[in-house]
Amino acid sequence: MALLQISEPGLSAAPHQHRLAVGIDLGTTNSLVATVRNGISLVLNDEDGRALLPSVVRYTMDGAVQVGADAQAVQSEDPVNTIVSVKRFMGRGLADVGDVTNLPYRFVDAASTGSGQAPGMLQLRTIAGIKSPVEVSAEILNALRIRAEQSLAGELVGAVITVPAYFDDAQRQATKDAAKLAGLNVLRLLNEPTAAAIAYGLDNASEGLYAVYDLGGGTFDISILKLSKGVFEVLATNGDSALGGDDFDHRIYCWLLEKNHLSALGAHDTRLLLTRARAAKEELTDRTETRITAVLSKGEMIDAELTQQDFYAMSQNLVARTLQPMRRALRDAGLSVEEIKGVVMVGGSTRMPQVQRAVAEFFKQMPLTNLDPDKVVALGAAIQANVLAGNRSADEWLLLDVSPLSLGIETMGGLTEKIIPRNSTIPTARAQEFTTFKDGQTAMSVHVVQGERELVSDCRSLARFELRGIPPMVAGSARIRVTYQIDADGLLSVSAREQSSGVEAHIVVKPSYGLSDAEVARMLQDSNLHARDDMQARALREQQVEANQLLEAVNNALEQDGDVLLSQKEQGRIRVGMDALRTTLQGADHLAIKRAVSQLNDATVAFAQARMDKSVSHALTGHNISELDH
Amino acid sequence: MLPTGNDFKQNFFQLFKLSARFQIDTALLEQSFLALQAQVHPDKFAHLPEAERRVSMQWATRVNEAYQTLRKPLDRARYLLALHGVETQEETNTAMPLDFLMQQLEWREAIEEALQAKDEGALDELQSRLRKDVHALQQQLAQTIDTGHDYLAAAGIVRKLKFFEKLAEQIASAYDELET
Repeated sequence: MALLQISEPGLSAAPHQHRLAVGIDLGTTNSLVATVRNGISLVLNDEDGRALLPSVVRYTMDGAVQVGADAQAVQSEDPVNTIVSVKRFMGRGLADVGDVTNLPYRFVDAASTGSGQAPGMLQLRTIAGIKSPVEVSAEILNALRIRAEQSLAGELVGAVITVPAYFDDAQRQATKDAAKLAGLNVLRLLNEPTAAAIAYGLDNASEGLYAVYDLGGGTFDISILKLSKGVFEVLATNGDSALGGDDFDHRIYCWLLEKNHLSALGAHDTRLLLTRARAAKEELTDRTETRITAVLSKGEMIDAELTQQDFYAMSQNLVARTLQPMRRALRDAGLSVEEIKGVVMVGGSTRMPQVQRAVAEFFKQMPLTNLDPDKVVALGAAIQANVLAGNRSADEWLLLDVSPLSLGIETMGGLTEKIIPRNSTIPTARAQEFTTFKDGQTAMSVHVVQGERELVSDCRSLARFELRGIPPMVAGSARIRVTYQIDADGLLSVSAREQSSGVEAHIVVKPSYGLSDAEVARMLQDSNLHARDDMQARALREQQVEANQLLEAVNNALEQDGDVLLSQKEQGRIRVGMDALRTTLQGADHLAIKRAVSQLNDATVAFAQARMDKSVSHALTGHNISELDH
Repeated sequence: MLPTGNDFKQNFFQLFKLSARFQIDTALLEQSFLALQAQVHPDKFAHLPEAERRVSMQWATRVNEAYQTLRKPLDRARYLLALHGVETQEETNTAMPLDFLMQQLEWREAIEEALQAKDEGALDELQSRLRKDVHALQQQLAQTIDTGHDYLAAAGIVRKLKFFEKLAEQIASAYDELET
């Protein structure tokens, strides 16, 4: 597609300019950033040549923030202010995390600080103040953004951020908020196994049914995909968003406590032993035994031999916990084990021999381990980012993903009525009608839940809202249509409408466990992420870029289809909007530019619809004759 | 006025250029689905202005809905009957033949027994028997709709199939329970 670009002074824009876009794997243990350069997807290293950025953030007394290896190096010395595996806390309340006594943090239950109604996302008290997991994750993303912008010598158009396929709405929303906070334009949230399948499938020109087994530091996903030329179709996904390598470390840690008759260690010792446990786990990948030594703060010596065999035994049920999601995913896809052509292994934890053996036994074939399990997700995300940024012709490219968990609504008696079943191809929308329970009822409370269980109390509560102003009627005669829409990021919005009166309520589900827009804005203000950055200048630059992209796209569309699809008058109206936008672009008022952008967008909706109609009717030409003869 | 050759007024069969029948070429349906998504999917519009992204999401949502409806035989039948103005009344019309209800009871007991006995083999057998029964009913449905054009009778078969769908769900959750 030839792009005509209109450049503004100070904004370089040449025809066919490559738009800088990256894929980011925001992992529990490590994070990476990758991009496509000259048609090849590659991971961007830091100044010291390291690809992996440990997902560790340390807050210091002087307000500085350390991210990565530097923070990791001092995790045992400063365990309270050094946050590791923050991904496990994203979109989660304190109750979700379970046993926190073995974690060296000072948790704050948001329910106790917030307005006190909905249980909120947990927070962490650090030397630099109370931090939300979203803010901690934003520090990691910000470090990667800076790395990418330095390495690519330019500002990013956007990023694809990967999330575990089994992440629920709250966890996805938290991830997107973190990216925004880090100053990233999120092109898409992409499921990690899907990203891996892209990288693997393209590399090997694979066709057929594949399973992706993704065991990371804190999450487990299994996805079943159908690959054919340029099409990546997810048939089913399942998993456990609280199962990963950390749990294997924890088993070793508990074994050490028991063996040495220790209990209730301090934060420093806890972190020290968890670090040693992780090292031991990694050693046991290619050795039959390992020795764990440590000196605790009170001088106690830890010295233990751990054999591969014992490690396998103590982690057996963790490995077993991945089997049931595999069976469920296959069942949902309507497939048997024999139909799976290959199993792609993703995530550092799949290096463990006992994991590989269990997967091989289950699928009755050797899993594919010929790619780097740490990098494949970022590489796939970069390929998708390149497509979404518009650098690659998307004609031969189609990615169809699904939503992992059923979405429902609370009905009488605390029961869940499913509205969108799990494994629905996204984007998707479903509507269902409900009615009033009492005579003269004028309000209805909508409780949005996610999960597979029948009882609302066993599902995750995402949001509650009220539809008010229903005209008083006899019980059972109001017709309230509730519509759920999941977008391409897997995020939900819900609207409710009383059919006879037209009373309406709409919310983009900001989960009870999420942050409000106001909170995100406040964090943006507070954060030292943008300390050097003049917020106003940044807002202006963003609006200018968006305005120029819009002008370019509309111009392009008019050249292609203007004369065919629009009257002179209609074209004239759009051109007036373009002129108005160009005029505001002369100035420095970012709000005025924003308004003009939105006006031009509104003025082009009908044109966009007509263009889509045209391409849809062209898509199936040549298809019709044979079938209509039937 | 804007041309609206291919707008949302088309029904799902028209959208995929299929004739409105119960028996369809599912391979062709899939092919058309992919061809349409290749045009409308949000990934193609991520770098374009908001107006185009919005239109893309609406279209992709609709194409997905249409595909899911036509792909599954029970949903397809329900949709086809609705096009002919016949409601299947699955919630309201529960007057099923007595022998059918007896049969359903037996099915339920058999599934429950297999679950109690933790007998996966028995579940496998029930599953394959169920598939055969469902297949036979679908054949009957094809005959009744496509040849007989007896849509009221077809609605009766849809109601029966709904019972079988519930049995299939019960078997799936029995498998689930056996595995835990």
